[in-house]
Amino acid sequence: MLHHNIFRATAMALLLTSATVGIARAEDKPKIGGTLRLAAASAAGTIDPHISYETGFYWPIFYVLNDGLVTFRKAAGQPSNDIVPDLASEMPKISSDGKTYTFKLRKGVKFSNGQEVTLRDVVATFERLFKVGNPNSNLWYNVIKGGDKCVESPATCSLAEGVVANEADGTVTFNLTQPDAEFLYKLAVPFGSILPADTQASDLGTTPSAATGPYMITSYDPQRGMELKRNPEFKVWNEDAQPDGYVDEIKYSFGVQPADAVTAIQNDQLDWMWDSPPADRLKEISTKSAGQIHINPSFATYAAEMNTNIAPFNNKDVRQALNFAVNRRAAINIFGGPRLAEANCQILPVDFPGHKGYCPYSKNPGEKWAGPDMEKARALMERSGQTGQKVTVTVGDAGFDSRIGTYLVSVLNDLGLHATLKVISSNIQWTYAQNSKNNVQITVNTLWQDYPAPSTFLPVLFSCGAFHPGSDASPNISGYCNKSIDAKMEQAMKAALTDPAASIEKWSAIDHEITDDAPWVSLYSPNLLYFVSKRLKNFTYSHQARMIFSKVWLD
Amino acid sequence: MTIVSNTSAAPAGKDKRNKPKGPWRTALSRLLRDKLAVASFLFLASIILSTASATYYADHISQTDPFQSNLDGHIEISGEPAEIMAADSEGLGLGVTPIGPTWTGQYLLGADAQGRDVAARLLYGGQNSLIVAFSSTALCLLLAGVVGTVSGFLGGIVDTILSRLLDIIWAFPIYLLAISLSIVLISKGLQIGPFHIPSNSLLLPITIIGVVYVPYVARPIRGQVLTLAKSDFVLASVCLGMPTARILVRDILPNVVTTLIVFAPIMMSLSILTESSLSFLSIGVQPPAASWGTIIQDGQGLLYTRPLVAIAPGLAIIITVLCLNFLGDGVKEAFDPKAKLRVGKD
Repeated sequence: MLHHNIFRATAMALLLTSATVGIARAEDKPKIGGTLRLAAASAAGTIDPHISYETGFYWPIFYVLNDGLVTFRKAAGQPSNDIVPDLASEMPKISSDGKTYTFKLRKGVKFSNGQEVTLRDVVATFERLFKVGNPNSNLWYNVIKGGDKCVESPATCSLAEGVVANEADGTVTFNLTQPDAEFLYKLAVPFGSILPADTQASDLGTTPSAATGPYMITSYDPQRGMELKRNPEFKVWNEDAQPDGYVDEIKYSFGVQPADAVTAIQNDQLDWMWDSPPADRLKEISTKSAGQIHINPSFATYAAEMNTNIAPFNNKDVRQALNFAVNRRAAINIFGGPRLAEANCQILPVDFPGHKGYCPYSKNPGEKWAGPDMEKARALMERSGQTGQKVTVTVGDAGFDSRIGTYLVSVLNDLGLHATLKVISSNIQWTYAQNSKNNVQITVNTLWQDYPAPSTFLPVLFSCGAFHPGSDASPNISGYCNKSIDAKMEQAMKAALTDPAASIEKWSAIDHEITDDAPWVSLYSPNLLYFVSKRLKNFTYSHQARMIFSKVWLD
Repeated sequence: MTIVSNTSAAPAGKDKRNKPKGPWRTALSRLLRDKLAVASFLFLASIILSTASATYYADHISQTDPFQSNLDGHIEISGEPAEIMAADSEGLGLGVTPIGPTWTGQYLLGADAQGRDVAARLLYGGQNSLIVAFSSTALCLLLAGVVGTVSGFLGGIVDTILSRLLDIIWAFPIYLLAISLSIVLISKGLQIGPFHIPSNSLLLPITIIGVVYVPYVARPIRGQVLTLAKSDFVLASVCLGMPTARILVRDILPNVVTTLIVFAPIMMSLSILTESSLSFLSIGVQPPAASWGTIIQDGQGLLYTRPLVAIAPGLAIIITVLCLNFLGDGVKEAFDPKAKLRVGKD
């Protein structure tokens, strides 16, 4: 009897175990279909992949819509920084002098409009970058022969010498004016997306471009949302570069406030939210829904950019005073606490290539920030003679920006300035702050990496060439221009071709030098907190594409 | 309404002791007999006195600067140090929560998302809310009194023009008009001739609120003046050849003033609500200044963890508006001759 019972119990246990394993396998098994529901508080303007510089927000979408000749591996963790061939059938042949890159175009890939991707499209794409005023056309792509002329006369841009198509062997050759160690990165980001040659040579705005990826945008209204459906022409050609998507549709809703998005995710009405959950919901979700939270490094710097061309921040003492006065721990508290961010005084994010701990704006200057130094800050303010100056802190209305803005107003007033807060729609804040005509004195932004190299922060955000007065596409918001630092950045770029380690050293030194000049008040390096629905499975975080939308499936 | 005419003098030689009470004293004595109105007035007075003591409270009781962020500070509660913004340790350890009500001098009602003392801000915010409400009401009544009186008494083309202007303002939903004006003016301020009102000045919400409510008061005033203009004592003044200005000041205005007084508490309560709404939408009182509306906005982000930040100013608005409405009812009863029937004999 006892044996019988033991047998029965064992049989039951085996049955239960196999059933449990079966359930677990069923959950782990990819499921195809369904609608992935995303939400954000506001849209981010144009969906032209050659113009939008929304690296954290829209680029993850662009990565499942479009393809370049090469791209970043669609994988989790460190491998996501690798470059893999995409519309090119293999990695390019690079000449020994590093000035010529030859790609063989993959055959049989079609745009969502049914047209085949041709060499003509590749040539037209790179000319279009100049014609539409790509924010980095004069920094990244002018290395292509003819690029400088295109910067001067974008409307008549011709890269006949720079991007040469050879129909006979199906190759396209990029001829550069000088070697560029990061050229492949620049082709791999969404700016390098190949679009049909007949795409209009002006900002597409809210009109979707033809897609090559697994999804295509079927509607986009910045006030309401964005809808993506499967691209009927898509077939997997390289799983590493562009895997097929599991879900049939992706619906992005705009105008959903973070607090509402959290509740909607808890109620399984949404699957993912772009904005960080509000600070007062963090405790709740971290205790009740810990399994739905994914925290990942973002390689970004959250900073207050000061306009170095207008008072009072055209005075270095004032900029340094603010750097000394700001309590980075206070800013981290606004963001959600020490688990979600690490204090940072310099431009390069913590743990990013080239980041060497450096904080001169601390109670005990050293590698890490230790606390504000109001005494030094006040002494600098007094020396500056700018006490009583009026300052307007301009911030967007989404996320934590307005609260950080309020905090900055408080610090500026404490320093003897007369500060006020101006909150504008986050829809326009990024472009508004870039345009020097708007005379923004100080604003706050999260500045994300474009690709894993220090040059995506330093020349892009601080070189003289990145400042375009009167333009909405001027990522050097501080208007900082230092010819000597420009020359050093040039040297660091060149060093990367022959001695990458030495190049990184040079970037670190430049990072520290710019930090000393204080065009920004770097506050912290944030971690990305993703709060997802219970039914969202196979969350895959890439350093480049963030959550890979094509990798997730719905239970 | 009580009709007052300064042209009707008391009969000569009448015994001073039998002299009837004036309309003001009559109204006052009626008002004093309305217990709810008196209680409301006293409550309102205590609110005004409390808000007037904001600086004293911040300096000597809470000992904090309610306009200075304090996101990394500590206080002592019963000898124990307590963080003003405490990092959460439960679950994944995410989030930072402001200190809750301590029920002591410091942080009596807790801190807001910037680590500022909510009680001290409530008093400062109340100051601004009441200043805006009082001033915008005064502006509204002044403009409405002038427009309504001139329009009703002069008639003709002046009446047509002023009435149509009032109709235009009246045609807009009041909040839509106030919000639209605020959004337009908040970026660059308001230029009236040589005078410039900066966007962060309290004068801006005062002017906007004062102007948008003018038709609500001016129209009844105009109607009343039209009636008064045909009354015997005014006609007598006209026949006696009194100048128009004198008739307006001596005969019309004293009667209109009582109506304006009746309107005052009601307009104040409406102004408080409008100011709070505008400030909640970030287009009223501008930071770093505070009002009850801005404090509710501050508390919006803390509804889950520290609801008191939004509830406290909300309660302050409700209590003040209720007091003003009860007082308004009392004033209306006191100045309304029909109220005699209800309040009793003089």
